[in-house]
Amino acid sequence: MTDMATGTPLSRVDGLLKVTGGADYAADHNPPGLLHAVLVTSTVSRATITGIDTAKARALPGVADVITDFGGVKLPFPAGEISFFGQPVAIALAGTLQQAQHAASVVAVRVTEKPAVTSMDDRQAIAVPSEEVADYARGDADAALKAGPIVLDNSFTVARENHNPMELPATVAQWSGDELTVWDKTQWVQGTGKHIAAALDVPESSVRVICPFIGGAFGSAGRTWPHQVLAAYAARRVKRPVKLVLTRKQMYSGVGYRPESRQRLALAAGADGRITGIVHELKTETARYEAYSEDAAELPKMLYTSPNVRSTYRLVPVDVSAGTFMRGPGFVTGAFALESTLDELAERVDIDPVELRLRNVADRNQITGTPFTQERFADCLRRGAEAFGWARRRPPKARREGNLLIGMGMASAAHPNYMSAASAVARINADGTAVVASATADMGPGTATAMSQLAADGLGLPVAKVRAMLGDSTLPTAPMHAGSATLASIGSAVHTASVAVRDAVVRMAVLDPASPLYQADPATVTVHNGVMSAPGHGSERYGDVLRRHGKDSIDSTQTWKPGDGKKASSYEFGAVFAEVSVDIRLGLVRIRRMRGVYDIGRVVNPKLAHSQAIGGLVGGIGMALLESTARDHRDGRIVNANMADYLVPVHADVPDLEAEFLDGADTASTPIGVKGAAELVIIGVPAAIANAVYNATGVRVRDLPITLDKLL
Amino acid sequence: MYPFTFIKAPTESAALAAGAQGGKYIAGGTTLVDLMRETVERPGKVVDITALPYREIESGPSALRVGALVRMADLAAHPVVRSRFPVISQALELSASAQLRNMATIGGNIMQRPRCLYFRDVTAACNRRAPGTGCAAIGGENRGHAVLGTSDQCVATHPSDLAVALVALDAVVLLRSRDGDRRIPVAEFIRRPGTTPDKEHDLRPGELIVGIEVPGGAHTARSGYLKVRDRQSYEFALASAAVALDIRDGVIRDARVAVGGVATVPWRLSDVERLLIGKAPGAELWAAASAHAADGAKPLHGNGFKVELAKRTVERQLASIGGAA
Amino acid sequence: MAQGTPESDRSLTLTRRQFVGAVTTTAGLATTGGSASATEDGVPVSLTVNGKHHAVVVDARTSLLDLLREDLQLTGTHKGCDQGACGACTVLLDGRRINSCLTLAVMHDGAELTTIEGLAEGGELHPLQRAFIDTDAFQCGYCTAGQIMSGVGCIREGHCGSGTEIREWMSGNICRCGAYQNIVAAVQQAAKES
Repeated sequence: MTDMATGTPLSRVDGLLKVTGGADYAADHNPPGLLHAVLVTSTVSRATITGIDTAKARALPGVADVITDFGGVKLPFPAGEISFFGQPVAIALAGTLQQAQHAASVVAVRVTEKPAVTSMDDRQAIAVPSEEVADYARGDADAALKAGPIVLDNSFTVARENHNPMELPATVAQWSGDELTVWDKTQWVQGTGKHIAAALDVPESSVRVICPFIGGAFGSAGRTWPHQVLAAYAARRVKRPVKLVLTRKQMYSGVGYRPESRQRLALAAGADGRITGIVHELKTETARYEAYSEDAAELPKMLYTSPNVRSTYRLVPVDVSAGTFMRGPGFVTGAFALESTLDELAERVDIDPVELRLRNVADRNQITGTPFTQERFADCLRRGAEAFGWARRRPPKARREGNLLIGMGMASAAHPNYMSAASAVARINADGTAVVASATADMGPGTATAMSQLAADGLGLPVAKVRAMLGDSTLPTAPMHAGSATLASIGSAVHTASVAVRDAVVRMAVLDPASPLYQADPATVTVHNGVMSAPGHGSERYGDVLRRHGKDSIDSTQTWKPGDGKKASSYEFGAVFAEVSVDIRLGLVRIRRMRGVYDIGRVVNPKLAHSQAIGGLVGGIGMALLESTARDHRDGRIVNANMADYLVPVHADVPDLEAEFLDGADTASTPIGVKGAAELVIIGVPAAIANAVYNATGVRVRDLPITLDKLL
Repeated sequence: MYPFTFIKAPTESAALAAGAQGGKYIAGGTTLVDLMRETVERPGKVVDITALPYREIESGPSALRVGALVRMADLAAHPVVRSRFPVISQALELSASAQLRNMATIGGNIMQRPRCLYFRDVTAACNRRAPGTGCAAIGGENRGHAVLGTSDQCVATHPSDLAVALVALDAVVLLRSRDGDRRIPVAEFIRRPGTTPDKEHDLRPGELIVGIEVPGGAHTARSGYLKVRDRQSYEFALASAAVALDIRDGVIRDARVAVGGVATVPWRLSDVERLLIGKAPGAELWAAASAHAADGAKPLHGNGFKVELAKRTVERQLASIGGAA
Repeated sequence: MAQGTPESDRSLTLTRRQFVGAVTTTAGLATTGGSASATEDGVPVSLTVNGKHHAVVVDARTSLLDLLREDLQLTGTHKGCDQGACGACTVLLDGRRINSCLTLAVMHDGAELTTIEGLAEGGELHPLQRAFIDTDAFQCGYCTAGQIMSGVGCIREGHCGSGTEIREWMSGNICRCGAYQNIVAAVQQAAKES
């Protein structure tokens, strides 16, 4: 069919709801009898709770309860103890938000403080091996460093960052007998349902979690946090619906962060620029009560041909809240060190940075030795260089316009195409419409739109006739909406289910003597606009055959499972190019233009994919130039826990950015040829900007963010 | 937010009466509501003065007079202000966001409380919010804090851009209470922390700001504001400079220079001005004069860069207003 | 904490019907006796939202944003920071864009508000709403109401002369998904139409 929905730049199917205020986010639910809950959080980093004085709060008008006893609830940190600054210790519940906020503010928590260590650089903070990321070695990297001839050996730091999605985490919990309904902000309705059920010791089947819209999350709503459990717990205690919305300040310790990191990246190479050895020693902070590791070690091990690599990853447990994955987790951190170092190598051996990477591009995963399902890394580099006008790049400090130094930089990006088993149901209705559904989510990429497009093509229907449903734990099983895995996984399930239900109707028709398609070969039947036809036969609508069989609808639920990945390694690749200006006296870095070129397999919706890609570039601009969670390690307090002092890019920071996708489908990875994009599009960005800053100024900044004080 | 008695004052006399009884005036609300929600401010009485008549912008031959309730956006966009007091328009339009400028008033702007991260956090030590508790910023996170006008009690940066322009132009605050009217230069109205950082300004109990008055002159037309910050917009200053120059026949007749973002109060640079007056404008003069822009600075461990940044910001703005040649 | 209405304030107080003088009310606290109006129930406020008149009695601590979301069930306006630092709560107050989180509802008796729910007229989307869909000026949609209301304000104020000008004058609205260039394109498109 020529008029496939897949591949066309359709506008979002939920766009109308989003521009009219009709999209319902978790906090928009106000069931009758609602109580507002406000968390009281700790103001020390490590202590034993000796008492909580709630009398003053309880005496206030409208206050229904102040819960301080979380007994019987499974939380990740020990009861009665404070494990980090900002830990929930009590919940104030009242009839109005104003009453609950005030009540929470007058609850007094008495503690016996214990010595706390919150900085990973503290001498008392001891690094330990990660249980998830094992030490790795091939060849003898340290010998390669000794042999040279070119050796670079540098340290890199990345500040802690918070996701800061626009939507505040919110949970509305309502019990009806033993049945719990939760309107929640979550990237995984079923995971949250399971988690809450386990934490409250109720059957999984009794918990329904609903989340049709997510106001951004970037990883922060992937796992289920204590506030979600506590909202359900409080609602059970007070026997009324409860709405708990975190404050912006509480988000900084309540829903994870990208951990602060320290890296040593040492690299040896020949004068021809070929890498001969890489030593990567990496540390990230983690909570004492819960280890969180991320894949920051992956790229230096796998991306470039190097016969010798040694990589170690250590966690530094301290008295802080738990970290979690944040867009491009680990990869963007490792890429900053690796791609900055390659830029330095390019200068040392006097080879163009793009050419240098082309000399070291691997045709197979250097860890597993397996070839890539599709290897288009070099294509991204070449296409990006051409489209960006990379040839116009000058030596460092060579371009000046008035008070501005201008520089160009680039970096590579790569990310595994994560996939998970996923289920979807597709239903054809006799009226010519269809529904496709899965318990997945849409935090912005356009899951519902892509599902509609894939289903439309699978079903042979126009997109307008297909409705996609998601964000309800009662729908078919879906993995977490994370890791760039959603479209590859859910999309494949939707495709499989849509084709299955189409085939079921086709089978009904070809077996039905009353059908014009009777005895047609099912393989020759095509469906267009809901009309089945086959060469040498007549045609009829889905609805015709369904109605003859007395059916209003027919559906099929299918589960798609990815391959084991043993024969081939499925990866997404990209190349990012940046041009910056740096004020020669004031040190201000501004982005002038950027372009990302990506191989993400088939692009289901170029319009939405472009939005996602420029969004990744903007996120990377924040990471490169602005974002840093400022902490006072004397007591572990996060001091810039608000959006005026934790800086993310605003309109004025972002010029028009360009993103493009290489043509093609990776059908070796998924039946729909799709790979992930969300993580990939941030990964090379901080390094590309840092390299551009170097090209502009001759100053190499190895500590993110690159603020003006580092360039004065 | 703590409960409070809400009083809508229909007239000036009603407002002054309510203020005399300890009421906290509210107009734009952009600082007060924010700080009340953080429980930094806990007024027992809030007096809404938005019905009062201080909404005029009058531009006389010698001075600009602005009612206290004029919104930031409206003052910035006023044609006379744009043409004859560009430093005021620029300082305003580089402040906050379009929405906040539509809300916040001129009187409230100069009453803004400091953007110190510890001041805003009621669980932290802060002599300004809770006298005698200490200053967490001095030994803590202080990248954004002041290097000038500090004391061992407080190092919070004054947040207002407008006030920097006003101090540069010798503006006067017009005050009214039941005891009568007072006029105080903005530079004296806003106080350095010293040993009493909680006394931020010279406003008596119940006294209302009714307006500000800015003397005009040849220098005010040749003026401008430069704001340096990490983010391109919607952020407080790391350093800023208000500059006004009267240059005639190749000689600087009058010079006004003040810096923001680096001091506990809007910081007038009289020494820099003296170095400029009577000289011929040019790059060498800008460099020589701006070298004194941070004289007396006492950097903390996190904000040492502000010393150099202040000088460079002043130098750049002198060049921008006075010409590089 | 203030309890009741001080004797000397009584000259300033009046009941809901005598709406010519000052209104004194105590937020959140039940007062005992006194002449202040509506102290037990809150403060009466009547305002017009999207052309519809509402008369409500609210706790004086209620922000305009919380009034919309919790009392009037107009949840299209979103809370992003509750501190005036993100713009998600932008509405038009008497025609001007403001952050509804940083102002008290009780200060706006008699005001006219327009929120995202009231922007379309007669079932027809506002040109900026259409432009947002056309240019894909959002991802998650959470900042969208604020961006659109701010964009309407920006167009009315005449700050759409160039992309750079729009970027500066829209900088009070953060989009963490990073749809900025599409938002700018949408504002430009709608500004041309208006």
